[in-house]
Amino acid sequence: MSVRRLHSEQPESFAFTQENQAWAEGQISKFPEGRQASAVIPLLWRAQEQHEGWLTEPAIRKVGEMLDMPYIRVLEVATFYTMYQLQPVGKKAHIQVCGTTPCMLRGAGDIRAVCEKRIAAHPHEISEDGNFSWEEVECLGACVNAPMVQIWKDTYEDLTVETFEAMLDAISEGKEITPGPQNGRHFSVPFSGRTSLDEDSQDYGPKGGVPFGHVVDGATTACAVDAGVSINGGSQPDAASAKAKSGAAAKAKPAKKASTAKADAPKPEATAVPEDNTVRPSDVKDGAKAEKATAAKAPKTPKTPNAPKAQEASAPVSDASKPAALSEARSGGADDLKRIKGVGPKIESTLNSLGIFHFDQIAAWDQSNKDWVDDHLSFKGRIDREQWIKQADALAKESKG
Amino acid sequence: MLQDKDRIFTNIYGFHDWGLKGAMARGQWNGTKGFIDKGRDWVIEQVKASGLRGRGGAGFPTGLKWSFMPKESDGRPSYLVINADESEPGTCKDREIMRHDPHHLIEGCLIAGFAMNAHACYIYIRGEYIRERERLQAAIDQAYDANLIGKNNVHGWDYDIYLSHGAGAYICGEETALLESLEGKKGQPRLKPPFPANVGLYGCPTTVNNVESVAVVPEILRRGASWFSALGKPNNTGTKLFCISGHVEQPCTVEEEMGVPFRELIDKHCGGVRGGWDNLLAVIPGGSSVPCLTADMCTDLSMDFDSLKELRSGLGTAAVIVMDKSTDIIRAIARISYFYKHESCGQCTPCREGTGWMWRVLERMARGEAQKHEIDMLFEVTKQVEGHTICALGDAAAWPVQGLIRNFRHVIEERIDQYSANPGDPIVMQAAE
Repeated sequence: MSVRRLHSEQPESFAFTQENQAWAEGQISKFPEGRQASAVIPLLWRAQEQHEGWLTEPAIRKVGEMLDMPYIRVLEVATFYTMYQLQPVGKKAHIQVCGTTPCMLRGAGDIRAVCEKRIAAHPHEISEDGNFSWEEVECLGACVNAPMVQIWKDTYEDLTVETFEAMLDAISEGKEITPGPQNGRHFSVPFSGRTSLDEDSQDYGPKGGVPFGHVVDGATTACAVDAGVSINGGSQPDAASAKAKSGAAAKAKPAKKASTAKADAPKPEATAVPEDNTVRPSDVKDGAKAEKATAAKAPKTPKTPNAPKAQEASAPVSDASKPAALSEARSGGADDLKRIKGVGPKIESTLNSLGIFHFDQIAAWDQSNKDWVDDHLSFKGRIDREQWIKQADALAKESKG
Repeated sequence: MLQDKDRIFTNIYGFHDWGLKGAMARGQWNGTKGFIDKGRDWVIEQVKASGLRGRGGAGFPTGLKWSFMPKESDGRPSYLVINADESEPGTCKDREIMRHDPHHLIEGCLIAGFAMNAHACYIYIRGEYIRERERLQAAIDQAYDANLIGKNNVHGWDYDIYLSHGAGAYICGEETALLESLEGKKGQPRLKPPFPANVGLYGCPTTVNNVESVAVVPEILRRGASWFSALGKPNNTGTKLFCISGHVEQPCTVEEEMGVPFRELIDKHCGGVRGGWDNLLAVIPGGSSVPCLTADMCTDLSMDFDSLKELRSGLGTAAVIVMDKSTDIIRAIARISYFYKHESCGQCTPCREGTGWMWRVLERMARGEAQKHEIDMLFEVTKQVEGHTICALGDAAAWPVQGLIRNFRHVIEERIDQYSANPGDPIVMQAAE
């Protein structure tokens, strides 16, 4: 239990926006007649999202009125549940660092130290520029991707001090960041590839792809603008209510559409994934061991991680397939290959050393070129999986036009 | 090793379409009407015959739990409530089901609800799983659009599924606290009896099931109870999602057979313990509430309910937390104690006061600032907390500490010796504050 009190300075009043009001009515309609109090948690949550990420006293009163609940009952709920922020939080991002044992074992202490150093010495304090705040929270349920943080709706996983700092930089500079694992891993799959369910082909359809990158800019933005962006690219918004009573949902959806206009504006798929491929020193060391371990158990397990890809690529690919290389970047300077999703500083330097400096070079690769380059990367199969060629094609056109 | 054809969650890693079309292509929603036509007794019999035990931690037989629901309504509706408040440290299995394979759960909700004569189901998902919530709601909407659920649906059993959520309270994973929270109150557990099957949500008969327990049911019915019961070990049947975190080379979530040897689980899927098997110090085999095991105990360990119970630990949620020799085991357990202090709902004195007390003493012991007799005192206190509270959070807070003292007492003693040989500040007694 922790002691939680309301903030000393409170705004005058609170009212839901029209859109959120309709959404709230949809929530209430989920519950039987006379049981509208059941909607208190979702309503308070939406009130918090609407008001810059913290819950105010007038909002608590307002929700009480809407649900016909005594003020004290709503106050009890607001102070009992720890996701309600009872004091102002950073304008751009409130960072929730998971500190429970599974994350602690993987280095959550270092992530916390970064927050103390860069944001504020104590949790819930706002940084000098007003943009950030942080707190240590209890297990967020992404333990196999530890250490991790949550910012508004999204989780950022498999962090290192370097990738986390790069994320903070990107947020303060207003650049896009991509949720999910920050080390190039695919959700909760073992880092080097699947050990089960590998019989089917690697089918990364648009619906099974990886999360979108987006700019992190406050709770209200996260609530309204990101509503259309689901975890890994699905287009279903946070549906306002169960379909059984879809009247409210129908009302809410068009309204939301309007507010997502900004998000819908065409933008290149590719986003800068901060330090995507940074390999931790410990990983280099451990990687060698992992290889040994895999080799040792190979006879027992015919299915090595990423089996089809790995075998394909391990067949020697002749130098004849080497894509056209340049000795140096053309006069305009090299393109920023990191804009291709999946390419980090390390892969960029590898590509440069292979004589690849421009998007149009990548866009021109054929199958054998691709295999050749794949063979020169430490993490095989990425070119296809992350659709570099398609991305590069789009970027090349963009830079021309 | 479990073969892919026996895996239930075929899109656990999100390589394929999570939506209805993809789910149907993977065989979900196939023959559902046939199961419903066979009647609720048949469904319950099949689930009982499969030997399915609840996947939420306690391992109570699921079919038996369903059979507690009243056969005839006395005018009150029956409810199915799905516990998706996955908060046990180390556990992240339901997350993968809800974001990558949600139709398993939705189909399971329909069948389970039918088996207990319920026309409405509430899914209570933890507040932090916001994207998962959006995904699950999208999947529920798809099912409504395809008329698989809702009024006058193709299965001939009117059924509504509503999604609600919490706001960051571990205790709401306890079934009666969950019901309180769903009713819009603080999540403080209720006294039992009456059990939820008699007086649950809104005072109506209710069954609360874990996500994974319900999500596996459609596949059990499709493939037959005997297929499920042939996997695993007697009384510990079927497959299970394991989440392996901590000091392994490659932490991951994987579906394996119940009773899989611990070493096989770690070596095949996680690339082994960091620094090799000999570097293993301790393992928490089932989420933070179960007592930890030493490396010696793990050599021939079988990961199932009964084997782990014999070792005075438990399978819990099958969240395996591995610790290598670089771990300060006292600090690791002290952090778990802090978790329980933070999450105690404050209703019962032994838990509200005891969790904080245990944490403070452990923090001192981690520094070595303690007397050896205090170890026994701490153990005694955990026994005073255990079993003396309304819900099991008191037990859950006590067990990790007991496991530490039982298995790593020598570490605490060495730490105390080290400190007293070279004391820094004078020891300040602060435990009883």
